[in-house]
Amino acid sequence: MSEQNQYSIMRDVVLFTGLAMLVAFIFLSQGTVYSLRMMVEAGCYAIIALGLTIQWGYAGLFNVGVMGFIAAGAASSMLISFPQNPEFWNSAGPALVGIFIVKLIACGVALWAASKSPRWGVGPILRALLIVVAIAISYVVLSEHMDEMSKEIEQASGWIGGLGLPVIVGWLVAGVVAGVIAWFVGKICLGLRSDYLAIATLGIAQIIKHFLKNADWLTRGTLTVSPLPWPVQTPADGEFIMARASYLTVVAIAMVIIYLLLQRAYHAPWGRMMRAIRDNETAAASMGKDVNRRRLEIFVLGCVLMGFGGAILIHFASIYDPSGFIDLNHTFLVWVMVILGGSGNNRGAIFGAVFVYIVWVMSEPLALWLFSLIGTYGQAWTGWEPPSDLASRALQMRVFVIGLTITLVLRFAPQGVLPEQQARH
Amino acid sequence: MNEIVFFINKGITSGLIIGSIYALGAIGVTLIFGILRFAHFAHGDMMTLGAFVTLILTAALASLGIVLPLPLAFIAMFPAMAITACLAIGLDRVFYKPLRQAGARPVVLVMASVGVTLMLQGLIRLFAGVRSRDMFIEAPKEIFRIPFPGASRPLIITEPQVLLIVFTFVAVIVLHWFLTRSRLGKAMRAVSDNPELARITGINTNHVVWATWIIGGALACAAGTLLSMDVTLKPDLSFNILLPIFAATIVGGIGQPYGAIAGGFLVGFSETLAVFNWAILLRPIKDHLWFEVPANLALVPTQYKLMVPFLILIIVLIYRPTGIFKGRVL
Amino acid sequence: MSLLDIRELHAGYGVMSILKGINMSLEAGEIGVIVGPNGAGKSTTLKAIFGMLNITEGSISFDGTDITGIRSEQLAEHRIAFVPQEHNVFPTLSVHENLEMGAYVRRDDFSSVMDHVYDIFPPLKDKRNQPAGELSGGQRQMVAFGRALMIEPKLILLDEPTAGLSPMFMSQIFDRVIAINRTGVTVAMVEQNAKQALAIAHKGFVLAGGCNSFTDTGQNLLNNPEVAASFLGG
Ligand SMILES: Nc1ncnc2c1ncn2[C@@H]1O[C@H](COP(=O)(O)OP(=O)(O)OP(=O)(O)O)[C@@H](O)[C@H]1O
Ligand SMILES: [Mg+2]
Repeated sequence: MSEQNQYSIMRDVVLFTGLAMLVAFIFLSQGTVYSLRMMVEAGCYAIIALGLTIQWGYAGLFNVGVMGFIAAGAASSMLISFPQNPEFWNSAGPALVGIFIVKLIACGVALWAASKSPRWGVGPILRALLIVVAIAISYVVLSEHMDEMSKEIEQASGWIGGLGLPVIVGWLVAGVVAGVIAWFVGKICLGLRSDYLAIATLGIAQIIKHFLKNADWLTRGTLTVSPLPWPVQTPADGEFIMARASYLTVVAIAMVIIYLLLQRAYHAPWGRMMRAIRDNETAAASMGKDVNRRRLEIFVLGCVLMGFGGAILIHFASIYDPSGFIDLNHTFLVWVMVILGGSGNNRGAIFGAVFVYIVWVMSEPLALWLFSLIGTYGQAWTGWEPPSDLASRALQMRVFVIGLTITLVLRFAPQGVLPEQQARH
Repeated sequence: MNEIVFFINKGITSGLIIGSIYALGAIGVTLIFGILRFAHFAHGDMMTLGAFVTLILTAALASLGIVLPLPLAFIAMFPAMAITACLAIGLDRVFYKPLRQAGARPVVLVMASVGVTLMLQGLIRLFAGVRSRDMFIEAPKEIFRIPFPGASRPLIITEPQVLLIVFTFVAVIVLHWFLTRSRLGKAMRAVSDNPELARITGINTNHVVWATWIIGGALACAAGTLLSMDVTLKPDLSFNILLPIFAATIVGGIGQPYGAIAGGFLVGFSETLAVFNWAILLRPIKDHLWFEVPANLALVPTQYKLMVPFLILIIVLIYRPTGIFKGRVL
Repeated sequence: MSLLDIRELHAGYGVMSILKGINMSLEAGEIGVIVGPNGAGKSTTLKAIFGMLNITEGSISFDGTDITGIRSEQLAEHRIAFVPQEHNVFPTLSVHENLEMGAYVRRDDFSSVMDHVYDIFPPLKDKRNQPAGELSGGQRQMVAFGRALMIEPKLILLDEPTAGLSPMFMSQIFDRVIAINRTGVTVAMVEQNAKQALAIAHKGFVLAGGCNSFTDTGQNLLNNPEVAASFLGG
């Protein structure tokens, strides 16, 4: 055991030293301003990857909707921290939104009552009928109100604007909102096999993105919102390096705190129980309902981190643009980080996030350069006319590489570079 | 009367068309799910891949100057189905089989299929770009206008739509025959029922796996091609078509090909009828109604069409995870 | 030379080892009965013979060939059939299709065997087009038994064929086992109803804790006071 431990500590030391050297090299060759940006983004990805690694590594949950949780987090954080829109507050908008929330709660209660109706001696057929009626009525009521509300608000004030609260509050709310969505999804799917969760998260991510793109009244839709506030000085009123370095400090602190908490949880009874469930579901199933409960906890916790990390990521970019949420960048890239780094290993997730992000960012100019090379030489040697959209095709190459990496890692290094270290029982 | 024609054109025909596409896709997904026990996320891109294979063959045929009574793309589809089936088996060989043999958990296979879908997506767009293409290389598609008694507007159906409906119908019958009459088809159902017992019985699982990929790949190719013939070949189908197909699979019950067909049409019709503007049907009788007919009376705004399969999926998962045809809950 | 010969078999699930040295041999045409307390490793022994487990030590030979570690798909071609304890029919396939699947490895005409199976189990004839999942427990056992007979096995492994059946049915199943054995099929059977089973057995094996603790003729085991006291309930 101790021998194995030493081996893995060596591994950690070697890999992280290597990573530090890579980062130093980036700083020297690409300049501080650029590298700071890269490090901040890598740090945000590390937080998101920590969220995913606990879902996948601790509990074996397959979440294909990381992008959706990032988007939901970013949108909520934007709404909380963006300055208020006085036009909205002076219009009939707030009242409409208030009534909408009341109606939403009422419909939720009605639906809940309908599904719990057997408690009051209602038969299964009547229950189904009640549920259908409840859904239909809620749908009509809510969608009608929503139509009216969105039209009204868009006319009067464009959109509802933010609340103007501190950025940190925004980030925390981002985590909460992502967690609430995850709770609903998890509640529905976690009793079933993990494939269902995969399908449902894929769906919810597409729908969240769709909604955000179209909800002009709420988030300005595709018109985008900027500049998003920072918790530290923004480059606009100070120096670039200083601003980015302070942002990086904030991200690093958040990441370290999350890492330490997760590390503690992993070695606590809670973490042991998680691993027991993952490693032997049948044996753990004798614990009955607890399995789903634990899974729900970890799924929600993971999504909270994704929402939180996503909010930090988008705030740093300073512009909220719903079209910018892409499965490739915000779901599958995170997956590569997690499985390459070593699923179930928190340090692995951090290592994977930073390393993969650097490679990812550097690969863009590389791919473009490579393709323009192919284009020119191809033309010169064979007279082949390169297609005009060569640049966009070069980016497709990266999609392929991400896919290839996932399949190769799964097959040849399912443990990742920093395998999970666990006491074998 | 024109309103009814409009309803048939926009509601019934579209539902039938998109339902057929979903059904063809869902049959493959449900068979793979039932036999190999994982949700195949690469199915959408397999459809696109199949459509591209057809496109290449069609272009080759067209350049030879061949003219046939049916659209070239439809003819080229059949060899393309064979090619796609082989590619599907190849993908299984390279990416899924090693994981299966290493005893990986099913969810790892799901992830591998996500990897495969990204690879396919990347490759297709790398070589073909992201613009949409027309499958009718040699001649524009034929449009049939059928006069409807009492209406000034005709029923409209295009040649590829007719072909799609006929093809789906024939495919379902052949599949039914295969699964209930042939030795291999029965073996597929047996493996789907109980893989361990199938092995004990001496059923050659490899053959069953091949048959699964052949059917899944061929039908994915057909669905992709026929969909692209109906509209255009878009390389970004992938995730958008995956959700309704999965919904159809789960609604129909996993491992249940007939359920998948029913589920496909259910999802297809729900989708088109949900975005259909019912106000049009009410307009002729609007003077007799006690309420004012709004201009738009669609259940779901068109941009939220994707919500429909998702909601169906969620409702089924909550209230009847086995699906309407009592499939398995894996 | 014995038809089935098991020497010092060690096997288990994954890393967990369950069997710790099983020795068993059956001559052609014999009925061998395996008895023992729940969890003794009876089912595990049959699964190990049928290539469904990791065998860590020991050997299994059948009809002179070594079949240790052969995968279960191939055993049907050696004409060994296995009826597991549970989940032993294809529930959505009809009774007839279940029997057809039993004959999957056969490329010749097996309609006479099929008729024979229907003769042995007349209730199946009326239910031939019904899904096997809709049958009663006893009928399902018949389907499973019949399915195994479709390859005209030399050796048939039965795991508790009478589990959950009424006493009437149980004796019917025992009669069938004897009848099938008379046609020259060697039977290895796990049974909870030890007394009745040992009464028809040529050989009996008492398993406990993953080892054989007694091996003798069925009759001798029945008469052995030690066995009777600890395994046959007095
Ligand atoms: N799939 C499995 N995975 C792990 N352990 C198993 C498995 N199946 C059985 N075991 C274990 O192997 C041991 C022997 O089980 P086995 O099924 O062979 O008992 P048995 O003698 O057939 O009992 P019974 O009379 O109840 O059928 C038991 O301790 C059981 O817990
Ligand atoms: Mg047993």
